[in-house]
Amino acid sequence: MTSNKQTNQDYQQFAKQRETKRPVFKNCIRAFLIGGLICAFGQLISTFYIHFFHFTEQNVGNPTVATLIFITMLLTGFGAYDKLAQFAGAGSAVPVTGFGNAVIAAAIEHRTEGFVLGVGGNMFKLAGSVILFGVFSAFVIALIKTLLIQWGVI
Amino acid sequence: MLTGQRTWTFANKPVIISTGTVGGPFEAEGNIAEDFDLLHPDLYMEQDSFEKAHKVLLEKAAQQAIDKAGITKDQIQFFLAGDLINQITPTSFSAKTLGTPYLGLFGACSTSMAGLALSAFLVNASGANYVLTGASSHNAAVEKQFRYPTEYGGQKPPTAQWTVTGAGTALLSNSGQGPVVTSATIGKVIDMGLNDPFNMGGAMAPAAVDTIEAHLNDLNLEPSHYDLIITGDLGNIGRQISLDLFKKNGTNIHDENYVDCGLTIYSKDQHVNAGASGAGCSAVVTYGHFLNRMNRGELNRILVVATGALLSPLTTQQKESIPCIAHAVAIESGGETTK
Repeated sequence: MTSNKQTNQDYQQFAKQRETKRPVFKNCIRAFLIGGLICAFGQLISTFYIHFFHFTEQNVGNPTVATLIFITMLLTGFGAYDKLAQFAGAGSAVPVTGFGNAVIAAAIEHRTEGFVLGVGGNMFKLAGSVILFGVFSAFVIALIKTLLIQWGVI
Repeated sequence: MLTGQRTWTFANKPVIISTGTVGGPFEAEGNIAEDFDLLHPDLYMEQDSFEKAHKVLLEKAAQQAIDKAGITKDQIQFFLAGDLINQITPTSFSAKTLGTPYLGLFGACSTSMAGLALSAFLVNASGANYVLTGASSHNAAVEKQFRYPTEYGGQKPPTAQWTVTGAGTALLSNSGQGPVVTSATIGKVIDMGLNDPFNMGGAMAPAAVDTIEAHLNDLNLEPSHYDLIITGDLGNIGRQISLDLFKKNGTNIHDENYVDCGLTIYSKDQHVNAGASGAGCSAVVTYGHFLNRMNRGELNRILVVATGALLSPLTTQQKESIPCIAHAVAIESGGETTK
């Protein structure tokens, strides 16, 4: 058994040496540029809403996010977002558009299984854990802040 | 007849009297588009879901093989086929359309050669006059099950492979004209503890090496006996690893006689990372491209080694490693076989 384990480990090392590595540095640069561009575009939308629709900096977030997600929906539906993502990596996954893409792609994919069990049941298959852990960590942080305020630390 | 540990030799020389190959739009842009009988311009193939399209692929490939052989459906005794989808429904549903006695197979991407080996065995042992065998995969249906939704933007690493949309079938008979199946070696499940589902070539390489070496040992052959040794879908990483393993083991297999279906089907500028994969990959490339070359007289003897990764999304999430298998079938240019 031990010798078997040894052979396996030897092979894993053998295979690892021959694996094409992810181009991490190139991926970081691309993610930085595309991610930055998406955010700059978001800023542009915000500014547009503030100027022409009398939003303030406090409440312009919602319509901006809605607009970005709407654009993502079109890009996902027309099959362009996954191609962008192969290039941009984290650059298109981290902004809100990545979250939108995860929900929309799952909704499209499971449409053939019906609206309730298909779309409804699978829409948050990928994004569900983002919501769960996002809400939970927000709760924990809020709790810490409340306690610190109560104790007069901040 | 059993020869050695796990190799069958077929004295009665079952003949591949016809084949059928069907592909999708991405395959149409590839390297071997002219080797397909039928190429669908649309991934949906006029159906309303990818799973239904998957079924149509196999149905059409079966029909092609039957039409080319000039026989009727009822003359086929058995249909042996499989795919990658849960419960191999696309294949079973096609078998319903076909209406012939059917045995469903699952060997992941090794299914094509598992089917060909068993079919040859049946025909060789006079268990059937006509056996239809095949394997298929559909890029979007398989991605949906094994990875992410089709339109999800996840960046794939350079070790990832592209699932072929295609179905390949072969019709075997005890008499007729065409390439003959001379021997087959059944693979063992080999698991070297690799667990990255985005690097299946690396996981499958030891299985391919094991089966090829067992085949050569059982039949007491040198690798140079074959014009080409063709692996299913090792991709460029798995192929390189297996070549290095052969070198380490002292098996005399060289770069120029060792090809991979997953590196044959698409062209360089199609960006499929490490190559193609999927149950349909070895089936369409072997039954289309390589048998065409054999029929043109360019090849005399080939050994096709289809490799399969026997994982599921569940086993991956439960942190299990990837068990792999490979089956080898030797095909020779035939001439005429009579009863």
